Amino acid sequence: MSADFGVRELVPAPQTCDSSSRELMMEQGADKSVPSKNYEILPKTLPDGSAEGELLEVAMGPQHPSTHGVFRMDVVLDGERVVKLKPVFGYLHRNHEKIAEGASYLASMPYTDRLDYFCSLANNWAYALSVEKLAGLQPSERAEYIRVITAELTRLLNHSCLIGFLLQDMGASGTPLMYAFREREKILDLFESLTGARMMCNYMRFGGCRCDLPAGWLDEAKKVAGNFPRFLDEFERLLAENEILIARTQGVGVLSKELAVNAGITGPMLRASGVNYDIRKVDKYGIYERFPFRVPLGEHGDVYDRYMIRLLEMRESLKILEQALKDIPAGPIMDPKAKIRGFRPKVGEAYGRIEAAKGELGFYLISDGGPNPYRYRVRPPSLINLTVLEDTCLGQTVADVVIILGSVDIVLGEVDR
Amino acid sequence: MIPLEQIKSRIESAIPGARLEIILNGSPSGQNSLLVDNEHAVPIAKFLRDDPALRLDYCSNATGVDWLDLELTEKVKVKKVVDGVEKEVEEVKKTKRPGYLEAVYHLYSMELKHGPVIIRMRTENRTDNVHLPSLTPLWRGCEFQEREIFDLYGILFDDHPDLRRILMWDGFKDYPMRKDYVEPDDYEYEPTPHDEVLERTRKHHGPEAKA
Repeated sequence: MSADFGVRELVPAPQTCDSSSRELMMEQGADKSVPSKNYEILPKTLPDGSAEGELLEVAMGPQHPSTHGVFRMDVVLDGERVVKLKPVFGYLHRNHEKIAEGASYLASMPYTDRLDYFCSLANNWAYALSVEKLAGLQPSERAEYIRVITAELTRLLNHSCLIGFLLQDMGASGTPLMYAFREREKILDLFESLTGARMMCNYMRFGGCRCDLPAGWLDEAKKVAGNFPRFLDEFERLLAENEILIARTQGVGVLSKELAVNAGITGPMLRASGVNYDIRKVDKYGIYERFPFRVPLGEHGDVYDRYMIRLLEMRESLKILEQALKDIPAGPIMDPKAKIRGFRPKVGEAYGRIEAAKGELGFYLISDGGPNPYRYRVRPPSLINLTVLEDTCLGQTVADVVIILGSVDIVLGEVDR
Repeated sequence: MIPLEQIKSRIESAIPGARLEIILNGSPSGQNSLLVDNEHAVPIAKFLRDDPALRLDYCSNATGVDWLDLELTEKVKVKKVVDGVEKEVEEVKKTKRPGYLEAVYHLYSMELKHGPVIIRMRTENRTDNVHLPSLTPLWRGCEFQEREIFDLYGILFDDHPDLRRILMWDGFKDYPMRKDYVEPDDYEYEPTPHDEVLERTRKHHGPEAKA
């Protein structure tokens, strides 16, 4: 074929419907009561007051596929650049906190699964930890090990899926996400044989865990953890030096160290900005001081760093897993002092927090001595990490907004509660 | 970590006129908190953030609590003359504590890796017009959380840059996390264009707008 892509004759499009029906459609479309568009054009004024061009206000979401749920961003665009961005939430709000105030302490445990439905076991742990602080319970040794193992498996699952989703947002349709889901499936199988449920595990109890490990579970877990580095190598070979990934992510959505600290950003997003703050190291909750692991830190705070931090964190999680699976002792899985029935903590309050996969997940509980908590508050990492969404998106293009949001790692069950 | 009593005395020497009170916590967690007066809340918070020994640069959790009116019963021994003989009689004395709303902040330090220091602010009453100073200018992390407190508890934060409802929809009237909130009978109810909404519609679209 010749390389001549010059002037071609314009062929009029074939008429698919006759003119009368077209007119009818136009008329219907002109009905004022039905909004035909979800955007608004605003006049753009220069600093001296003269108008030049127009700004476009677009509602991205709530059904936009990149928002990972029902979440909306009101974006004002100048051409393709973002001038203003306001996140809008609440589509999934069911007032979890109010519901928990009307239920007993234990009855809220299954509901915590529904907060961040990817990491139900981490949510269980955060809640159990807070109630244990409130009531002064000490989980048994074996239960602590099981908690660490399940929480680290949850972190592997969350981070690998997040990278899959991020790549999906970037246009790498299917492949990385399906690779991640293949690994997730293996971990979910482990959860299923341990807790009876794949995603809504409802496994931990105040002072321990619900049931002991089934026979052969540890060997299975060792196998899954042992094979995981191969998946990570494959993932990294596929992605880490991929030209498109680098071009799309490096220097995009930069978050400075100072702003990250001031805005209360936590989790991988904070560490990608170079702040060394990992609650596993700071609070040493559970038995984390027994495991040597490093805290990977980013340098630039851009989307690439956030992606890379998660890859590196998975490798550190594997180190913890390897040791925990080796060291886990035999023994009871519940604190013998813990009461399941008639559980009434003393009057007081407690705030407990863990390093969940998305950041600091905290529960603030106030007891008035009754069977129900007087106040039950969830500190959702996803919601607070969205505080800087506007700051990181300003000046970027619309296509970049999608991947910046993807790199924040939100789950709407937790944002809206 | 400096004990809370020392933090209190340091604040008192740094900010004259600040009224502070340590609220003891009876639970095994032992997380006592510092009740801060509303007029000096912002300078106190600024001191906590900038003091080199504290450097509480990270506000982790900000939340509201609703405390209803409470009748406190106290047993008091009173001397009384009964049948001509002076006797010590126990009497129940009742005092009323008016209800209030509370905003609680959990502060940590990312630089020095300590915490939490818990500060609380209280409103005078539980009406719809209660104000507290906003700490968002000091910690951006409070922005969405204070909006949430406003949305669910109805505390108005002065100097908050963007105080709007966050979880409930804009036209919603009540504050659902208050203890005396009554749930609607019909969750499917949606405001239809009549009365107040119709009036607003007419103002917007002109008088010919229909319901």
